[in-house]
Amino acid sequence: MTATEKIVGNTANFVDERLGAAKWVKKSLNKVFPDHWTFMFGEVCMYSFVILLLSGTFLTFWFDPSQKEVVYNGAYEPLQGLKMSAAYASTLNISFEIRGGLLMRQIHHWAANIFMAAIVAHLLRVFFTGAFRKPREFNWILGILLLTLGLVEGLLGYSLPDDLLSGTGLRITSAIIQAIPVVGTYVSFFLFGGEFPGTDFIPRIFTLHILIIPGIFLAVITIHVMLVWYQKHTQFPGVGRTEKNVVGHPILPVYMAKAGGFFFVVFGITAFISAVASINPIWLYGPYTPGQISAGSQPDWYMGWLDGLVRMAPPLETHAFGHTISWNILIPAVIIPGIIFTGMALYPFIESWITGDKREHHLLDRPRNVPNRTALGVMSITFVMVALINGGNDIIATNFDLSINQIMWFSRIGIFILPPLAFIITKRLCLSLQRADRELLLHGAETGRLLRLPHGEFVEVHAPISPEKAYQLQSHEQLVPLEIADVDARGVRRPGALKNKLKRRLSKAHAVSIPKVTEQELKEIENH
Amino acid sequence: MSNELTPIDNSALPQHSPRATDVNPASEKRAEQQVAILFGLSAVGSLLLIYSYIFVKDNVFIFIPIMGNQNAQQLGIGIGMAMSLFFIGIAAIHWAKTLMPDKEIVNHRHEFRSSDEDRAELVQTVKEGVAGVQLGRRKLIKRSLGVAAGLFALPPVLLLRDLGPLPGKKLETTNWKAGTRLLTDPGNRPILASDLEVGAVVQVLPAVADMEHRPLSDIAKDPVLLIRLRPEEFQLDAQRLAMTHEGIIAFSKICSHMGCAVALYEQTTKHLLCPCHQSTFDVTRAAKVIFGPAARPLPQLDITVDAEGYLVARAPFNEAVGPSFWERNSQ
Repeated sequence: MTATEKIVGNTANFVDERLGAAKWVKKSLNKVFPDHWTFMFGEVCMYSFVILLLSGTFLTFWFDPSQKEVVYNGAYEPLQGLKMSAAYASTLNISFEIRGGLLMRQIHHWAANIFMAAIVAHLLRVFFTGAFRKPREFNWILGILLLTLGLVEGLLGYSLPDDLLSGTGLRITSAIIQAIPVVGTYVSFFLFGGEFPGTDFIPRIFTLHILIIPGIFLAVITIHVMLVWYQKHTQFPGVGRTEKNVVGHPILPVYMAKAGGFFFVVFGITAFISAVASINPIWLYGPYTPGQISAGSQPDWYMGWLDGLVRMAPPLETHAFGHTISWNILIPAVIIPGIIFTGMALYPFIESWITGDKREHHLLDRPRNVPNRTALGVMSITFVMVALINGGNDIIATNFDLSINQIMWFSRIGIFILPPLAFIITKRLCLSLQRADRELLLHGAETGRLLRLPHGEFVEVHAPISPEKAYQLQSHEQLVPLEIADVDARGVRRPGALKNKLKRRLSKAHAVSIPKVTEQELKEIENH
Repeated sequence: MSNELTPIDNSALPQHSPRATDVNPASEKRAEQQVAILFGLSAVGSLLLIYSYIFVKDNVFIFIPIMGNQNAQQLGIGIGMAMSLFFIGIAAIHWAKTLMPDKEIVNHRHEFRSSDEDRAELVQTVKEGVAGVQLGRRKLIKRSLGVAAGLFALPPVLLLRDLGPLPGKKLETTNWKAGTRLLTDPGNRPILASDLEVGAVVQVLPAVADMEHRPLSDIAKDPVLLIRLRPEEFQLDAQRLAMTHEGIIAFSKICSHMGCAVALYEQTTKHLLCPCHQSTFDVTRAAKVIFGPAARPLPQLDITVDAEGYLVARAPFNEAVGPSFWERNSQ
């Protein structure tokens, strides 16, 4: 026995005699994680969260979350002698006087953007492959919670430096809060400690940004990952992969080395981007004062679509009985996001209600094989993209020499027309891809080789596809509509006729698909 | 299911084909060297960071194509850190992919639903537990618990009351009063009507006791834009026209939509544009909204001149400035 083995053995013995961990750890180290490049999005989320914790902690050592007025006399000459908040001055200090401070600020901001982008990519992967289906609905809802928290945490984070751009963002935030009927004004006064902007808000959101919300994040991410661990990861269909197993590399050593290495890769790439690409150069914006603004004020992209919705809202306000309701703010900034996020959280249950499918699913769908869901996803993306484009309408207008009014009208009309159009096109594309799969399975792959037959006819030679590929192309289930009769077996009308009708129609739309190749068809081809 | 078919055998995993490093000692050796080189590059990155941190001055700039002049210290620290992290990761992954065993293994899944016996036992345990609490029998405890549970949540909520003052009429009042002088911002100088050329735009603030230390919450309500047009360019009713002075018209600079500063004025069209959401106001028609999401015109300030000829407010704003709120009571 080598010395190392002895030390490891003794340590393991010490721990196991006290915790009895050997059995559980042994099982865990043999745990299997299936491989697919799309499974890395979730990893990127987790790693960038760790990067955010590390870089954020670094920043707190010098950041002063105070709105006390100071006169700047630091290293950045253009702003010397200006009155500003201590928060802004200390952010300048981190950027210009702390070695590596600017790098850390940029790592923190870039990592936040990567975090949000990875969350969105992860969410789309889970959605389009049906990974949210039973038994994983809890984890889907936790994911939506993390996305929502991320939006809030990002907004609070980029507001902390108290610069002109983020202050304008807070002004808008306060207007949204004020617009909430009945309680809005009070909530706003309590949050800001009086009238906007006051001197309490930055210290308060600092506590939320570095303590409360990261704490919630940490708890929810832990549960999210533990559930993946406990329920085991989903896998793409393929030979040898069933609903009853999971195929992949064990944790030790391959997965651990790859995942651990990937953390360093994500951190390294974030550091590289932050070293060469400037982000949020607050010294160019100047300190916040409500009387000023810079043209082209833009939130970060993950808030940009909401701003785009606010921009395109019609100028509607109701004045009645001495009160004002701002529909132009409530609809785009409160009601529509509320509907979208609630709808997203409930989607697994809605789909299961439509399909009547209450079984467990561990094999993922190929997006083309569930055309309705895929089309719904693309429709939602289109909606957000139109809103996002409108959120940057001023930037687009100046860069492409267009008028803001044109872009605004494009968005106002497009937000109603383009998403349904995207739905229809996507559904058709999915069905075409299914047809192509069917062709491939029946006639093999096109080789591009032409053959001249003895009587002069030209034909293209088709090569048979591999059994693995063939299996993959037909391993999915044929979608079938629910059969819901309006009357029961004895001819009595069943209750809930309207609900049944709705369910039947949705189920029919959901089940539109190309018939799978049957065994008989394959035999006929073989005999041909 | 009836439409399920499995014509292809699904029992076996795909054939495992060995990698070059599994069969060829030379490529195994090469992979090992590659991993070592990658770890080495990481160490180089760490050293670059340390060198840049200690020895590179923060006022040294180097020219890099495309990126232009870059601060050498920042760049050295950044690139060093990126290398030191990135290459550790790449080395580990390369090691795992080329040299660690690449045999896939299979775990089995089990349905999550508990067995019927377990469920029944759980129900029984819970029932017994709940029965042990005896809430049904002990009415007095039940009621007092109800009172306690109903009240104990109130104190923490009440304790948050001092987060801020009550709104009162604060959102409806500004520092503009009858006779308040209009002062330039910045500069705090009073303005003669003749100071403004036709076409000029000036931002003004009200004269207050301490002009050097205006709270930001005042600056969030008080700013006013003065614009001078030719009187014949106005298309105002008599009442609004009376609020102007010799072609000088005054509007709140705080957007009636969400409170941004309406800072963009287009000379040729006489339009004011808010950069936040592009609400556009027509100055000649009392800041009527002609585009964008704002639902109300910018409030107009009634101005005149005092005995010395300086511009003053004739009256406070007759409506709340800034974004709408529930208690706002005017069209």
